[in-house]
Amino acid sequence: MAEITLVEAITQALAYEMKVDPNVIVLGEDIAKNGGVFRATVGLLDKFGPERVRDTPLAESMIGGLAIGMAIAGLKPVAEFQFMGFIYPALDQIINHAARIRNRTRGRMSCPAVFRAPYGCGIRAPEHHSESTEALFAHIPGLRVVMPSSPARAYGLLLASIRDPDPVVFLEPSRLYRWAKQEVRDDGKALPLDVCFTLRVGTDVTLVTWGSLVKETLAAAEMLAKEGISAEVIDVATIKPLDIETILASVEKTGRCVIVHEGARTGGVGADISAQLAERGLMFLKAPVQRVTGYDTIVPYARLEKFYLPSEKHIISAVQQIMEFA
Amino acid sequence: MKIVAQFEIPYFQFLNEDSQVVGDLPNFAKDPANLLRLYRLMVLSRVLDAKAIALQRTGKMGTYPSTRGQEAVFIGMGDAMLPDDIFVPYYREIPTLMQRGVKASDLLLYWGGDERGNYFADPKKNLPFAVPIGSQALHAVGIATALKIRHQKNAVIAVCGDGATSQGDFYEAMNVAGVWKLPVVFVVSNNQWAISVPRSAQTAAKTIAQKAIAAGFSGEQVDGNDVIAVRERIAQAAEKARSQQEPTLVEVLCYRQSDHTTADDASRYEQKGIREEEWKKEPIARLRRYLESIKAWSPEQEEALQTECTNEVVKIVAEYEGVVPDEPTAMFDHLYATLPDIYADQYEMLKNIGGTNG
Repeated sequence: MAEITLVEAITQALAYEMKVDPNVIVLGEDIAKNGGVFRATVGLLDKFGPERVRDTPLAESMIGGLAIGMAIAGLKPVAEFQFMGFIYPALDQIINHAARIRNRTRGRMSCPAVFRAPYGCGIRAPEHHSESTEALFAHIPGLRVVMPSSPARAYGLLLASIRDPDPVVFLEPSRLYRWAKQEVRDDGKALPLDVCFTLRVGTDVTLVTWGSLVKETLAAAEMLAKEGISAEVIDVATIKPLDIETILASVEKTGRCVIVHEGARTGGVGADISAQLAERGLMFLKAPVQRVTGYDTIVPYARLEKFYLPSEKHIISAVQQIMEFA
Repeated sequence: MKIVAQFEIPYFQFLNEDSQVVGDLPNFAKDPANLLRLYRLMVLSRVLDAKAIALQRTGKMGTYPSTRGQEAVFIGMGDAMLPDDIFVPYYREIPTLMQRGVKASDLLLYWGGDERGNYFADPKKNLPFAVPIGSQALHAVGIATALKIRHQKNAVIAVCGDGATSQGDFYEAMNVAGVWKLPVVFVVSNNQWAISVPRSAQTAAKTIAQKAIAAGFSGEQVDGNDVIAVRERIAQAAEKARSQQEPTLVEVLCYRQSDHTTADDASRYEQKGIREEEWKKEPIARLRRYLESIKAWSPEQEEALQTECTNEVVKIVAEYEGVVPDEPTAMFDHLYATLPDIYADQYEMLKNIGGTNG
């Protein structure tokens, strides 16, 4: 079993599902011969041919709408948007149609499409290539939002997303595409959607995160352990619908919670988790819930982006502050 | 300098404003039975439309978009399609959907504010109405791509209005249809108005049909008050889609003999007298005069048909009014294939507390 990167796990999942399900179609800009700007679809054209691996004209709303039409007609399209910052022209299609067609037709039609996009900063890319706006989608009834953080979870969650009967916005942390390798068995086994993954068990504080910042959060937990602070780390993975029960159970145990995400703070998914902890977990809390997030700024260009991205230092500092309570 | 490309936009009409045959009638129109079928459906559409507006005015219907004046567009189009073709409407095509087997009472139910009006019996041949303007054109090309991948020889007929042709989605759909050679017919029901904005303020292009040229396929104009022309040209375009995998843009010229919807008041922007002037071309009288001229129709038959349609509409309305509102929790029922557990609390809250009036 070979060790593969997160982006290779994406390719592996796509190839596996295309092999077993002839309804799976991959479409997007530069995804066929070029294999995608991050090479997430490399090799698929040779294996599955131009009918199923389709370079589209350059129009993102069209990519969204095409995928919806294909899905209504019974295909399982996996549409790639080159960067999350370029998904916005397709918001109308995703919000007004993908998320609603099942409801609109009382179940007569559905939209089993996956809308993939790399997200996040830290890769020294130009403007619009560093977005982390998952909260936009998390607000929309009828959608699923899934954000993997490791090769194994990228593989298992993408398989689950393609097999899911409803539309999934699948956001891949570009910063982690080639960061680490992991053994991922190409056995077609999906991981469950709609549940958090507890990556590290601890007793003093719960660190809740997802996607790109799982890396920093795990590193912070390791450093905190050296200080004698035992941190539990939860990878939310499915941002919507959000498995609050796992988070609540953890916070009931630890009494403290720090939520870590890359997107801007105001209206971020962390705000919703924090609100739910206030509604349902207040009695467990020994200290106020903290958020470690991106600033409420435009993500700066390459020279300053490292100052935007939350680091281990920010996470540790937030934990240390709340450890002083009680 | 040399000319590297030149294009022409044809215009089709078989029955002119005076109900005279222009040129040779297409084959289907030589059999009066076919024309009588179209005529009856157009009359039924107009009677139903008047009733729907009356229902709205008396609080028994939500906002409703009239089909008055556009009967030839919608009925000609419906007749041009084969049952296995896929129909992608915008939101005004009640007559076409009736031809396609959708219960008229369901269509009233939709405009009466009930999602179940979209729950058509026939599985995936008719899409539901698409309210965001022009967005449905992209679903049509997605479906057409699926048909092509599966080697299914059906056509996709996508409809929009003249206003929608300003939308990016409309261009994006035509562009990909051209480059992928998709079996789709784009029908633009050019009723001259996008709510209050006239066709002249929508585009500087001389025709909407010519927009197909930029996408690499042919476009044409059709007299939308001539049901024979609409039926013939869309049938030809659909056949071209099925047999040659070639898209076509058919711009159907008609006139909106109504407000945009019942929530609109066209007297605020529509020049006085224009509607009356356009009424001289209207499609039902045009076909009736022709049918009378070939002795295929009589005043007695007309009177009988009016009564028949009125009775039919009474039945449709009774069926519509007989549908009681769904359970409040229905709003959760089709959000996902299976409602995720985390929404159980909200579901229970709705079930127990109900709405502001319930």
